[in-house]
Amino acid sequence: MELLLQQILSGLATGTIYACMALAVVMIYQAIGHLNFAQGEMATFSTFVAWQLLAWGVPYWAAFVLTIALSFVAGVLIERVVFRPLHGAPALSHIVVFIALLAIFNNGAGFIWDFTIKSFPSPFGQTTMFGSMLNAHQAGMIVCTLVMLVLLYLFFSRTRLGLAMRAAAANPESARLVGIRVGWMIALGWGLASAIGAVAGMLIAPIIFLEPNMMLGVLLYGFAGAVLGGLTSPVGAVVGGLVVGVVENLAGTYVPVVGSELKLTIALSLIILVLIFKPSGLFGRAVAKRV
Amino acid sequence: MTIERTTALVFLICALAVPAMISGFVTFQLTMLLIYAIAIMGLNLLTGFNGQFSLGHSAFYAIGAYTAAILMDQFGIGYIWTLPAAGLVCFAVGFLFGFPALRLEGTYLALATFGLAVATPQILKLTPLEHWTGGVQGVFVMKPNAPFGLPLTSDQWLYYLTLAAFVLLYVLAKNLVTSRTGRALLAIRENPIAAQSMGINVSLYKTLTFGVSAAYTGIAGALGAIVIQFVAPDSFGFMLSVTFLVGVVVGGIAWLPGAIIGAAFILFVPNFAEDISKGLSGAVYGIIMILLIYVMPSGAGGIVSSALRVLRSR
Repeated sequence: MELLLQQILSGLATGTIYACMALAVVMIYQAIGHLNFAQGEMATFSTFVAWQLLAWGVPYWAAFVLTIALSFVAGVLIERVVFRPLHGAPALSHIVVFIALLAIFNNGAGFIWDFTIKSFPSPFGQTTMFGSMLNAHQAGMIVCTLVMLVLLYLFFSRTRLGLAMRAAAANPESARLVGIRVGWMIALGWGLASAIGAVAGMLIAPIIFLEPNMMLGVLLYGFAGAVLGGLTSPVGAVVGGLVVGVVENLAGTYVPVVGSELKLTIALSLIILVLIFKPSGLFGRAVAKRV
Repeated sequence: MTIERTTALVFLICALAVPAMISGFVTFQLTMLLIYAIAIMGLNLLTGFNGQFSLGHSAFYAIGAYTAAILMDQFGIGYIWTLPAAGLVCFAVGFLFGFPALRLEGTYLALATFGLAVATPQILKLTPLEHWTGGVQGVFVMKPNAPFGLPLTSDQWLYYLTLAAFVLLYVLAKNLVTSRTGRALLAIRENPIAAQSMGINVSLYKTLTFGVSAAYTGIAGALGAIVIQFVAPDSFGFMLSVTFLVGVVVGGIAWLPGAIIGAAFILFVPNFAEDISKGLSGAVYGIIMILLIYVMPSGAGGIVSSALRVLRSR
């Protein structure tokens, strides 16, 4: 029983990271209707930036905030420079450009910081707590993500800008008619997604170590969470990410061999099953297409 | 038509003559070029001609490579026979993967195949399969010598074998896309609903294309295993899928001869770039892909066809 509880708690801790990635993916999906395959590599690159700042002697939390700010600006710039001209282009063009970005960020990080594995410090330490149920870093991950989610919720529900962004995603034409600059709202969405990814990267790096391919597997779980929760629902993405984290951990403990060695395959099967049997996910709305 | 025929003939003569003039290492590289070209052709049949996306072709390449390696290593089967075997196995796997893929369109299919590519190295390392796959260590295979006492080094023999496979598969693909079936594939790409109302069995053609595409890539994988003499899980990661996609985009979407140009690109650009720094090749790939999508979405195929149009209008 204690093992079960411990596995669920630490599953929730990694689940917060998947929830962040899922949320980032959903944010961009809502803005442009495509899945950002480069989301993981963008997060890795942000984490490398944080690592560099720390190496230069910047205090942890200053580096944390600075990295988030830089990632936000970079996300906005990517949308403005790379994706704005692609507006309305076929899916293939989008996928190719996402993959191109993935290659640039992955190899760019290796080019600048080389491909060796780096350790990344945790601001919370590794002391165990709650009767050795969780270590301090896992608890810190949960708290950080919760704070971020509350801030995001307040932003989207209480500010005019948040409302404008929701309007731009829900109905671009009408939003434009009431004076919302839809293009910039999409760019802001990119900035937010990039910043959320940076948080996820910095929080997971102390656990899985920093290297250019760090987030590839994490992104797959993020996709699984996003698909499970429904690509049209930010709340669903967070819930989906947490569920995926718990399922991954429980399977790893209780299913022999397959559970521990085929973790990525579990995520893959989850994605395919949900897409086939319930493409709108748990919380998403079904989209009817006119022909 | 004549320009194309002449080019094909010149290409074939050059390809036949070239091993006599170059070193063993360059022969090996040209063999790899043809192998990549086969894989790119396979992906192009799926993406270019049928409009289905795959970021998972590294998985089919891996299945082909492992089929060949295991057949040779465990069952002592001759390397020649591993090629059709790899093709068949990958056709079956691709056909089966094509069924769930039917329900998925565009980005979703890209997502499912992305997952397939990311998960593949882990599946290959699975402990219960270790007896067959060699786990993390992978499988070594023997390099075959030229048969019938032909006066060729084994590099040269493998080059000619690969060339033969490439030419055969190219002709088959060419006939496929210019046939009634090929027109059905194009119709599905352009508008699946219209295609269905014209009486085309969309599900059948889509799954079959997935199978054929996987078979091409699998044969390439088998050839790759024989030529490199080694298979290991981590050489079949997601980046390999990215590489194939780069090859298709550079060579030209829905233009078969582009496979050679795309393969040359993905083989030689890393060679140059890695000389300067490790990690540069991916960045170069990325930048060139973005530029191509903006400036020339049809890749080398587009450049060639517009050049031909200019020539003909004179």
